[in-house]
Amino acid sequence: MEHIKTIETRNLCESAKNGGCGECQTSCQSACKTSCGIANQQCENAEESK
Amino acid sequence: MIHQYKQGGYNIVLDICSGSVHVVDEVAYDIIGMFEEKSRGEIIAAMKEKYADRSDITETDLEECYEQVEGLKKAGKLFAPDTFEPMAGALKEKTAGVVKALCIHIAHTCNLNCAYCFASQGKYQGERAIMSLEVGKRALDFLIENSGSRHNLEVDFFGGEPLMNWDVVKEMVAYARSIEKEHNKNFRFTLTTNGLLIDDDVIEFANKEMSNVVLSLDGRKEIHDRYRVDYAGNGSWERIVPKFQKLVEARGGKNYYMRGTFTHANPDFLKDIQQMLDLGFSELSMEPVVCAADDPSALTEEDMAVVMDQYEKLAELMLQRDKEGKPFTFYHYMIDLTGGPCIYKRISGCGSGTEYMAVTPWGDLYPCHQFVGDEKFRLGDIWKGVTNTEIQQEFAACNVYAHPECRDCWARLYCSGGCAANAYHATGSVTGIYEQGCRLFRKRMECAIMVAVDRAFR
Repeated sequence: MEHIKTIETRNLCESAKNGGCGECQTSCQSACKTSCGIANQQCENAEESK
Repeated sequence: MIHQYKQGGYNIVLDICSGSVHVVDEVAYDIIGMFEEKSRGEIIAAMKEKYADRSDITETDLEECYEQVEGLKKAGKLFAPDTFEPMAGALKEKTAGVVKALCIHIAHTCNLNCAYCFASQGKYQGERAIMSLEVGKRALDFLIENSGSRHNLEVDFFGGEPLMNWDVVKEMVAYARSIEKEHNKNFRFTLTTNGLLIDDDVIEFANKEMSNVVLSLDGRKEIHDRYRVDYAGNGSWERIVPKFQKLVEARGGKNYYMRGTFTHANPDFLKDIQQMLDLGFSELSMEPVVCAADDPSALTEEDMAVVMDQYEKLAELMLQRDKEGKPFTFYHYMIDLTGGPCIYKRISGCGSGTEYMAVTPWGDLYPCHQFVGDEKFRLGDIWKGVTNTEIQQEFAACNVYAHPECRDCWARLYCSGGCAANAYHATGSVTGIYEQGCRLFRKRMECAIMVAVDRAFR
Protein backbone atom coordinates (compact mmCIF):
# COMPACT_ATOMS: atom_id res chain seq x y z
CA MET A 1 0.00 0.00 0.00
CA GLU A 2 1.30 3.43 -0.94
CA HIS A 3 1.30 5.70 2.08
CA ILE A 4 3.25 8.64 0.65
CA LYS A 5 2.90 10.64 -2.55
CA THR A 6 5.77 12.96 -3.35
CA ILE A 7 5.03 16.09 -5.34
CA GLU A 8 7.57 17.03 -7.98
CA THR A 9 9.82 19.79 -6.64
CA ARG A 10 13.17 21.31 -7.42
CA ASN A 11 15.87 19.44 -5.52
CA LEU A 12 17.57 22.12 -3.45
CA CYS A 13 20.62 19.98 -2.67
CA GLU A 14 21.15 19.40 -6.40
CA SER A 15 20.73 23.10 -7.10
CA ALA A 16 23.82 23.70 -4.99
CA LYS A 17 25.91 22.11 -7.72
CA ASN A 18 25.04 24.45 -10.54
CA GLY A 19 22.91 27.32 -9.23
CA GLY A 20 23.89 30.79 -8.20
CA CYS A 21 23.96 32.63 -11.53
CA GLY A 22 22.39 35.68 -9.87
CA GLU A 23 20.07 36.56 -12.78
CA CYS A 24 16.94 36.16 -10.69
CA GLN A 25 14.73 39.02 -9.61
CA THR A 26 15.68 40.94 -6.51
CA SER A 27 13.54 39.73 -3.65
CA CYS A 28 11.71 42.95 -2.89
CA GLN A 29 11.22 44.20 -6.43
CA SER A 30 7.60 43.21 -6.73
CA ALA A 31 4.14 43.72 -5.34
CA CYS A 32 5.06 43.71 -1.75
CA LYS A 33 7.77 46.06 -0.50
CA THR A 34 7.08 45.34 3.16
CA SER A 35 8.12 41.71 3.59
CA CYS A 36 10.50 39.27 1.99
CA GLY A 37 9.56 36.09 0.23
CA ILE A 38 11.60 34.29 -2.34
CA ALA A 39 9.53 31.16 -2.82
CA ASN A 40 7.30 32.89 -5.34
CA GLN A 41 10.15 33.90 -7.59
CA GLN A 42 11.22 32.25 -10.78
CA CYS A 43 14.65 30.87 -11.52
CA GLU A 44 15.89 32.81 -14.54
CA ASN A 45 18.43 30.18 -15.47
CA ALA A 46 16.24 27.88 -17.54
CA GLU A 47 18.87 25.22 -18.06
CA GLU A 48 19.62 24.89 -14.38
CA SER A 49 16.16 25.12 -12.89
CA LYS A 50 15.25 21.47 -13.05
CA MET B 1 14.30 19.37 9.41
CA ILE B 2 10.72 18.61 8.45
CA HIS B 3 7.45 20.48 8.91
CA GLN B 4 4.13 18.67 9.17
CA TYR B 5 0.66 20.18 8.95
CA LYS B 6 -2.90 19.31 8.00
CA GLN B 7 -4.91 21.57 5.76
CA GLY B 8 -7.53 21.28 3.05
CA GLY B 9 -7.97 17.57 3.71
CA TYR B 10 -4.27 16.89 3.11
CA ASN B 11 -1.58 15.66 5.48
CA ILE B 12 1.46 17.55 4.24
CA VAL B 13 5.10 16.93 5.11
CA LEU B 14 7.76 19.36 3.98
CA ASP B 15 11.38 18.32 3.95
CA ILE B 16 13.00 21.68 4.37
CA CYS B 17 16.53 21.15 3.08
CA SER B 18 15.75 19.00 0.05
CA GLY B 19 12.69 21.09 -0.80
CA SER B 20 10.56 17.94 -1.05
CA VAL B 21 6.81 18.07 -0.50
CA HIS B 22 5.05 14.86 0.50
CA VAL B 23 1.34 14.17 0.85
CA VAL B 24 0.85 11.27 3.22
CA ASP B 25 -1.87 9.21 4.84
CA GLU B 26 -2.47 9.36 8.58
CA VAL B 27 -0.23 6.37 9.29
CA ALA B 28 2.76 7.87 7.48
CA TYR B 29 2.04 11.25 9.08
CA ASP B 30 2.35 9.70 12.53
CA ILE B 31 5.38 7.56 11.72
CA ILE B 32 7.24 10.53 10.22
CA GLY B 33 6.47 12.52 13.35
CA MET B 34 8.22 9.92 15.50
CA PHE B 35 10.88 8.76 13.07
CA GLU B 36 13.85 10.72 14.35
CA GLU B 37 13.00 10.29 18.03
CA LYS B 38 12.13 6.62 18.45
CA SER B 39 13.38 3.22 17.34
CA ARG B 40 11.56 1.15 14.73
CA GLY B 41 10.21 -1.16 17.41
CA GLU B 42 8.97 1.71 19.55
CA ILE B 43 7.26 3.34 16.58
CA ILE B 44 5.49 0.17 15.45
CA ALA B 45 4.37 -0.51 19.02
CA ALA B 46 3.05 3.02 19.45
CA MET B 47 1.23 2.81 16.12
CA LYS B 48 -0.35 -0.55 16.96
CA GLU B 49 -1.66 0.92 20.16
CA LYS B 50 -2.99 4.06 18.51
CA TYR B 51 -4.73 2.19 15.70
CA ALA B 52 -5.79 -0.86 17.78
CA ASP B 53 -9.45 -0.46 16.81
CA ARG B 54 -8.72 -0.06 13.09
CA SER B 55 -8.91 -3.43 11.34
CA ASP B 56 -7.85 -1.84 8.06
CA ILE B 57 -4.42 -0.94 9.47
CA THR B 58 -2.38 -4.10 9.91
CA GLU B 59 1.09 -4.60 11.34
CA THR B 60 2.25 -5.35 7.78
CA ASP B 61 0.94 -1.95 6.72
CA LEU B 62 2.85 -0.27 9.52
CA GLU B 63 6.08 -2.07 8.65
CA GLU B 64 5.65 -1.21 4.98
CA CYS B 65 5.00 2.40 5.77
CA TYR B 66 8.04 2.56 8.02
CA GLU B 67 10.16 1.24 5.16
CA GLN B 68 8.72 3.81 2.76
CA VAL B 69 9.72 6.58 5.16
CA GLU B 70 13.14 5.02 5.59
CA GLY B 71 13.51 4.84 1.80
CA LEU B 72 12.74 8.53 1.40
CA LYS B 73 15.30 9.37 4.07
CA LYS B 74 17.93 7.31 2.24
CA ALA B 75 17.00 9.05 -1.02
CA GLY B 76 17.61 12.43 0.63
CA LYS B 77 13.94 13.46 0.49
CA LEU B 78 13.17 13.30 4.19
CA PHE B 79 15.25 14.57 7.12
CA ALA B 80 17.88 15.93 4.71
CA PRO B 81 20.54 17.73 6.76
CA ASP B 82 21.23 21.43 6.35
CA THR B 83 24.64 21.48 4.72
CA PHE B 84 24.23 24.88 3.13
CA GLU B 85 25.71 27.21 5.74
CA PRO B 86 29.23 27.29 4.22
CA MET B 87 27.62 28.49 0.97
CA ALA B 88 25.69 31.31 2.62
CA GLY B 89 27.97 34.11 1.55
CA ALA B 90 28.94 32.57 -1.79
CA LEU B 91 26.39 34.26 -4.02
CA LYS B 92 27.06 37.68 -2.55
CA GLU B 93 30.82 37.15 -2.80
CA LYS B 94 30.51 36.04 -6.39
CA THR B 95 28.39 39.07 -7.25
CA ALA B 96 30.08 41.51 -4.85
CA GLY B 97 29.73 45.06 -6.12
CA VAL B 98 27.02 44.07 -8.60
CA VAL B 99 23.82 46.08 -8.35
CA LYS B 100 20.88 44.69 -10.26
CA ALA B 101 17.91 46.64 -9.01
CA LEU B 102 17.14 50.18 -7.97
CA CYS B 103 14.11 51.55 -6.23
CA ILE B 104 13.88 55.05 -7.69
CA HIS B 105 12.24 57.52 -5.32
CA ILE B 106 11.03 59.65 -8.16
CA ALA B 107 8.80 61.76 -5.90
CA HIS B 108 9.00 62.33 -2.17
CA THR B 109 5.57 63.79 -2.16
CA CYS B 110 2.08 62.41 -2.44
CA ASN B 111 -1.41 63.54 -3.32
CA LEU B 112 -2.84 61.23 -0.68
CA ASN B 113 -2.41 61.52 3.06
CA CYS B 114 -2.65 57.91 4.26
CA ALA B 115 -2.21 57.67 8.01
CA TYR B 116 -0.65 54.20 7.82
CA CYS B 117 2.01 55.09 5.24
CA PHE B 118 5.44 53.73 6.22
CA ALA B 119 6.93 56.52 4.10
CA SER B 120 5.23 59.22 6.19
CA GLN B 121 2.97 60.38 3.35
CA GLY B 122 5.79 59.98 0.86
CA LYS B 123 8.21 62.34 2.57
CA TYR B 124 10.25 59.68 4.40
CA GLN B 125 10.59 61.85 7.48
CA GLY B 126 12.12 64.62 5.32
CA GLU B 127 11.13 67.47 3.05
CA ARG B 128 8.99 67.11 -0.03
CA ALA B 129 11.12 66.64 -3.13
CA ILE B 130 10.98 65.36 -6.68
CA MET B 131 13.81 63.82 -8.68
CA SER B 132 15.28 65.86 -11.54
CA LEU B 133 15.90 64.25 -14.92
CA GLU B 134 19.62 64.80 -14.40
CA VAL B 135 19.58 62.76 -11.18
CA GLY B 136 17.34 60.15 -12.77
CA LYS B 137 19.62 59.63 -15.76
CA ARG B 138 22.65 59.43 -13.52
CA ALA B 139 20.89 56.77 -11.42
CA LEU B 140 20.40 54.67 -14.56
CA ASP B 141 24.04 55.19 -15.55
CA PHE B 142 25.08 54.16 -12.03
CA LEU B 143 23.03 50.98 -12.36
CA ILE B 144 24.58 50.08 -15.72
CA GLU B 145 28.10 50.85 -14.49
CA ASN B 146 27.64 48.67 -11.41
CA SER B 147 25.71 45.76 -12.87
CA GLY B 148 28.62 43.70 -14.13
CA SER B 149 27.52 41.00 -16.52
CA ARG B 150 23.95 40.97 -15.20
CA HIS B 151 21.63 41.33 -18.20
CA ASN B 152 18.23 42.08 -16.66
CA LEU B 153 18.13 45.29 -14.64
CA GLU B 154 15.13 46.14 -12.52
CA VAL B 155 14.00 49.68 -11.87
CA ASP B 156 11.00 50.46 -9.73
CA PHE B 157 9.46 53.91 -9.87
CA PHE B 158 8.39 54.43 -6.31
CA GLY B 159 7.43 57.24 -4.00
CA GLY B 160 5.50 58.97 -2.62
CA GLU B 161 3.43 59.09 -5.76
CA PRO B 162 5.46 58.58 -8.95
CA LEU B 163 2.80 60.09 -11.21
CA MET B 164 3.47 63.46 -9.54
CA ASN B 165 6.76 63.41 -11.47
CA TRP B 166 5.51 61.55 -14.53
CA ASP B 167 7.42 63.50 -17.20
CA VAL B 168 10.72 62.54 -15.57
CA VAL B 169 9.60 58.90 -15.41
CA LYS B 170 8.89 58.92 -19.13
CA GLU B 171 12.16 60.61 -20.00
CA MET B 172 14.13 58.22 -17.82
CA VAL B 173 12.53 55.26 -19.55
CA ALA B 174 13.33 56.75 -22.96
CA TYR B 175 16.92 57.31 -21.85
CA ALA B 176 17.22 53.74 -20.57
CA ARG B 177 15.86 52.34 -23.83
CA SER B 178 18.35 54.45 -25.78
CA ILE B 179 21.38 53.00 -23.98
CA GLU B 180 20.39 49.47 -22.97
CA LYS B 181 21.37 47.69 -26.19
CA GLU B 182 24.87 49.11 -26.42
CA HIS B 183 25.48 47.87 -22.87
CA ASN B 184 23.77 44.51 -23.45
CA LYS B 185 21.17 45.22 -20.78
CA ASN B 186 17.41 44.81 -20.55
CA PHE B 187 15.59 47.21 -18.26
CA ARG B 188 12.47 45.94 -16.54
CA PHE B 189 10.43 48.78 -15.11
CA THR B 190 7.79 48.70 -12.41
CA LEU B 191 5.45 51.53 -11.53
CA THR B 192 3.73 51.74 -8.16
CA THR B 193 0.85 54.21 -8.03
CA ASN B 194 -2.15 55.26 -5.98
CA GLY B 195 -3.99 55.86 -9.25
CA LEU B 196 -5.29 59.40 -8.77
CA LEU B 197 -3.36 60.83 -11.72
CA ILE B 198 -3.86 57.94 -14.14
CA ASP B 199 -5.00 59.20 -17.53
CA ASP B 200 -4.87 57.88 -21.09
CA ASP B 201 -1.25 58.91 -21.50
CA VAL B 202 -0.24 57.06 -18.33
CA ILE B 203 -2.18 53.98 -19.40
CA GLU B 204 -0.63 53.88 -22.85
CA PHE B 205 2.92 54.49 -21.66
CA ALA B 206 2.76 52.20 -18.62
CA ASN B 207 1.26 49.36 -20.62
CA LYS B 208 3.99 49.69 -23.25
CA GLU B 209 7.02 50.17 -21.00
CA MET B 210 6.31 48.84 -17.53
CA SER B 211 6.90 45.12 -17.00
CA ASN B 212 4.73 45.40 -13.93
CA VAL B 213 2.41 47.95 -12.41
CA VAL B 214 1.41 47.92 -8.77
CA LEU B 215 -1.92 49.61 -8.11
CA SER B 216 -2.78 50.53 -4.55
CA LEU B 217 -6.31 49.56 -3.58
CA ASP B 218 -7.36 48.34 -0.15
CA GLY B 219 -10.53 46.58 -1.29
CA ARG B 220 -13.88 47.66 0.10
CA LYS B 221 -14.69 51.35 -0.34
CA GLU B 222 -15.20 51.96 3.37
CA ILE B 223 -11.90 50.25 4.19
CA HIS B 224 -9.94 51.97 1.45
CA ASP B 225 -11.34 55.40 2.28
CA ARG B 226 -10.61 55.04 5.96
CA TYR B 227 -6.90 55.58 5.34
CA ARG B 228 -6.42 56.45 1.69
CA VAL B 229 -7.69 60.03 1.76
CA ASP B 230 -6.53 63.25 0.14
CA TYR B 231 -5.39 66.28 2.10
CA ALA B 232 -8.97 67.51 2.32
CA GLY B 233 -9.91 64.22 3.95
CA ASN B 234 -11.86 62.87 0.97
CA GLY B 235 -11.66 59.19 0.16
CA SER B 236 -10.06 58.19 -3.13
CA TRP B 237 -11.85 54.90 -3.94
CA GLU B 238 -14.46 56.25 -6.34
CA ARG B 239 -11.89 58.28 -8.24
CA ILE B 240 -9.31 55.55 -8.71
CA VAL B 241 -11.29 52.36 -9.30
CA PRO B 242 -12.52 53.27 -12.81
CA LYS B 243 -8.97 54.32 -13.73
CA PHE B 244 -7.52 51.05 -12.47
CA GLN B 245 -10.17 49.09 -14.37
CA LYS B 246 -9.38 50.97 -17.58
CA LEU B 247 -5.63 50.48 -17.15
CA VAL B 248 -5.92 46.77 -16.42
CA GLU B 249 -8.32 46.17 -19.30
CA ALA B 250 -5.95 47.92 -21.69
CA ARG B 251 -2.95 46.06 -20.29
CA GLY B 252 -3.75 42.95 -22.26
CA GLY B 253 -2.49 40.37 -19.80
CA LYS B 254 0.81 42.03 -18.88
CA ASN B 255 1.79 41.79 -15.22
CA TYR B 256 0.03 43.92 -12.68
CA TYR B 257 -0.99 43.66 -9.04
CA MET B 258 -3.78 45.22 -7.11
CA ARG B 259 -1.92 45.82 -3.89
CA GLY B 260 -3.79 46.44 -0.68
CA THR B 261 -2.86 46.83 2.94
CA PHE B 262 -4.89 45.37 5.77
CA THR B 263 -4.80 46.77 9.28
CA HIS B 264 -6.59 46.56 12.61
CA ALA B 265 -9.57 48.03 10.73
CA ASN B 266 -9.93 44.99 8.44
CA PRO B 267 -8.33 41.80 9.67
CA ASP B 268 -11.23 40.19 7.76
CA PHE B 269 -9.39 41.12 4.59
CA LEU B 270 -10.94 38.34 2.53
CA LYS B 271 -13.90 40.67 2.02
CA ASP B 272 -11.48 43.10 0.41
CA ILE B 273 -10.05 40.38 -1.81
CA GLN B 274 -13.63 39.54 -2.81
CA GLN B 275 -14.27 43.19 -3.59
CA MET B 276 -11.23 43.27 -5.87
CA LEU B 277 -12.49 40.16 -7.64
CA ASP B 278 -15.96 41.68 -7.99
CA LEU B 279 -14.36 44.71 -9.65
CA GLY B 280 -12.83 42.41 -12.25
CA PHE B 281 -9.26 42.24 -10.97
CA SER B 282 -7.48 38.89 -10.81
CA GLU B 283 -3.84 39.62 -9.83
CA LEU B 284 -4.02 40.45 -6.17
CA SER B 285 -1.80 41.22 -3.22
CA MET B 286 -2.89 42.12 0.31
CA GLU B 287 -0.18 42.98 2.78
CA PRO B 288 -0.37 43.22 6.56
CA VAL B 289 0.36 46.72 7.76
CA VAL B 290 3.90 47.19 9.05
CA CYS B 291 4.04 49.70 11.86
CA ALA B 292 4.92 50.13 15.53
CA ALA B 293 3.03 47.84 17.88
CA ASP B 294 1.36 50.82 19.60
CA ASP B 295 0.12 52.34 16.34
CA PRO B 296 -3.71 52.35 16.12
CA SER B 297 -3.55 50.53 12.78
CA ALA B 298 -1.35 47.71 14.14
CA LEU B 299 -2.68 44.16 14.14
CA THR B 300 -3.50 42.94 17.65
CA GLU B 301 -3.27 39.35 18.89
CA GLU B 302 -7.04 39.06 18.41
CA ASP B 303 -6.64 40.30 14.85
CA MET B 304 -3.88 37.76 14.24
CA ALA B 305 -6.26 34.87 14.94
CA VAL B 306 -8.73 36.32 12.45
CA VAL B 307 -6.00 36.86 9.86
CA MET B 308 -4.75 33.28 10.14
CA ASP B 309 -8.28 32.03 9.52
CA GLN B 310 -8.67 34.42 6.61
CA TYR B 311 -5.51 33.06 4.98
CA GLU B 312 -6.96 29.53 5.12
CA LYS B 313 -10.27 30.69 3.70
CA LEU B 314 -8.42 32.56 0.97
CA ALA B 315 -6.70 29.33 -0.05
CA GLU B 316 -10.09 27.59 -0.16
CA LEU B 317 -11.52 30.41 -2.25
CA MET B 318 -8.66 30.09 -4.74
CA LEU B 319 -9.29 26.38 -5.18
CA GLN B 320 -13.02 26.90 -5.48
CA ARG B 321 -12.55 29.57 -8.16
CA ASP B 322 -10.09 27.30 -9.99
CA LYS B 323 -12.85 24.70 -10.24
CA GLU B 324 -15.33 27.32 -11.44
CA GLY B 325 -12.94 28.40 -14.20
CA LYS B 326 -12.43 31.80 -12.58
CA PRO B 327 -8.88 31.54 -11.22
CA PHE B 328 -7.04 34.43 -9.61
CA THR B 329 -3.56 35.03 -8.32
CA PHE B 330 -2.65 35.96 -4.78
CA TYR B 331 0.91 37.24 -4.73
CA HIS B 332 1.93 35.45 -1.55
CA TYR B 333 0.46 32.14 -2.66
CA MET B 334 2.47 32.04 -5.85
CA ILE B 335 4.95 29.23 -5.46
CA ASP B 336 6.76 27.37 -8.20
CA LEU B 337 7.77 24.07 -6.67
CA THR B 338 9.62 22.84 -9.75
CA GLY B 339 11.20 26.05 -11.04
CA GLY B 340 11.71 28.23 -7.97
CA PRO B 341 14.96 29.72 -6.78
CA CYS B 342 18.16 27.71 -6.30
CA ILE B 343 19.62 27.21 -2.85
CA TYR B 344 22.08 30.09 -3.24
CA LYS B 345 19.21 32.50 -3.67
CA ARG B 346 17.29 30.92 -0.79
CA ILE B 347 20.02 31.46 1.75
CA SER B 348 21.59 34.71 0.67
CA GLY B 349 19.08 37.15 2.16
CA CYS B 350 16.92 39.77 0.48
CA GLY B 351 19.78 41.58 -1.25
CA SER B 352 19.10 45.02 0.19
CA GLY B 353 22.20 47.18 0.42
CA THR B 354 24.14 45.01 -1.99
CA GLU B 355 22.29 44.07 -5.18
CA TYR B 356 19.29 46.25 -4.42
CA MET B 357 19.34 49.88 -3.34
CA ALA B 358 17.02 52.84 -3.11
CA VAL B 359 17.86 56.21 -4.66
CA THR B 360 16.46 59.38 -3.12
CA PRO B 361 15.28 62.33 -5.23
CA TRP B 362 18.65 64.01 -4.63
CA GLY B 363 20.72 60.93 -5.52
CA ASP B 364 21.61 59.41 -2.16
CA LEU B 365 21.80 55.62 -1.90
CA TYR B 366 20.13 53.61 0.88
CA PRO B 367 19.97 49.83 1.42
CA CYS B 368 16.27 49.83 0.50
CA HIS B 369 13.23 52.08 0.41
CA GLN B 370 12.39 51.31 4.04
CA PHE B 371 15.70 52.74 5.29
CA VAL B 372 15.39 56.01 3.39
CA GLY B 373 15.26 58.90 5.83
CA ASP B 374 17.46 57.20 8.43
CA GLU B 375 20.77 59.00 7.86
CA LYS B 376 22.95 56.37 9.51
CA PHE B 377 21.98 53.95 6.75
CA ARG B 378 23.03 56.29 3.93
CA LEU B 379 25.37 54.19 1.79
CA GLY B 380 26.69 56.92 -0.49
CA ASP B 381 25.38 58.51 -3.66
CA ILE B 382 24.97 57.79 -7.36
CA TRP B 383 28.04 59.84 -8.31
CA LYS B 384 30.63 58.45 -5.88
CA GLY B 385 28.97 55.09 -5.34
CA VAL B 386 28.93 53.28 -1.99
CA THR B 387 31.25 55.03 0.46
CA ASN B 388 29.77 53.75 3.71
CA THR B 389 31.29 50.28 3.32
CA GLU B 390 30.79 49.47 7.00
CA ILE B 391 27.00 49.58 6.64
CA GLN B 392 27.16 47.75 3.33
CA GLN B 393 29.16 44.97 4.96
CA GLU B 394 26.45 44.63 7.59
CA PHE B 395 23.92 44.00 4.81
CA ALA B 396 26.30 41.77 2.84
CA ALA B 397 26.61 39.52 5.90
CA CYS B 398 22.84 39.45 6.46
CA ASN B 399 22.05 35.99 5.11
CA VAL B 400 19.61 33.45 6.52
CA TYR B 401 22.20 32.00 8.92
CA ALA B 402 22.91 35.44 10.37
CA HIS B 403 19.51 35.39 12.11
CA PRO B 404 19.81 33.09 15.15
CA GLU B 405 16.04 32.56 15.31
CA CYS B 406 15.91 31.35 11.71
CA ARG B 407 18.01 28.29 12.42
CA ASP B 408 15.06 26.52 14.01
CA CYS B 409 12.45 27.84 11.60
CA TRP B 410 11.11 25.53 8.90
CA ALA B 411 10.25 28.45 6.61
CA ARG B 412 13.77 29.85 6.37
CA LEU B 413 14.40 28.62 2.82
CA TYR B 414 11.14 30.21 1.67
CA CYS B 415 11.88 33.68 3.07
CA SER B 416 15.68 33.80 3.02
CA GLY B 417 15.75 35.36 6.48
CA GLY B 418 13.03 37.91 5.96
CA CYS B 419 12.95 41.65 5.56
CA ALA B 420 16.00 43.44 6.97
CA ALA B 421 14.06 46.65 7.48
CA ASN B 422 11.28 44.97 9.42
CA ALA B 423 13.88 43.17 11.54
CA TYR B 424 15.68 46.42 12.24
CA HIS B 425 12.53 48.33 13.14
CA ALA B 426 11.34 45.50 15.40
CA THR B 427 14.63 44.71 17.16
CA GLY B 428 17.22 47.37 16.34
CA SER B 429 19.25 44.88 14.33
CA VAL B 430 19.04 43.77 10.70
CA THR B 431 19.86 40.26 11.89
CA GLY B 432 16.89 40.19 14.27
CA ILE B 433 13.45 39.01 13.24
CA TYR B 434 10.02 40.62 13.00
CA GLU B 435 8.10 37.95 14.86
CA GLN B 436 4.59 38.97 13.80
CA GLY B 437 5.70 39.07 10.18
CA CYS B 438 7.30 35.63 10.55
CA ARG B 439 4.10 34.11 11.93
CA LEU B 440 2.10 35.49 9.03
CA PHE B 441 4.72 34.37 6.55
CA ARG B 442 4.71 30.79 7.84
CA LYS B 443 0.93 30.67 7.58
CA ARG B 444 1.03 31.98 4.02
CA MET B 445 3.58 29.35 3.03
CA GLU B 446 1.46 26.55 4.47
CA CYS B 447 -1.52 27.82 2.48
CA ALA B 448 0.52 28.34 -0.69
CA ILE B 449 1.89 24.82 -0.57
CA MET B 450 -1.54 23.33 0.13
CA VAL B 451 -2.90 25.11 -2.95
CA ALA B 452 0.06 23.83 -4.99
CA VAL B 453 -0.55 20.29 -3.72
CA ASP B 454 -4.22 20.43 -4.65
CA ARG B 455 -3.39 21.69 -8.12
CA ALA B 456 -0.72 18.99 -8.54
CA PHE B 457 -3.29 16.29 -7.88
CA ARG B 458 -5.77 17.54 -10.48
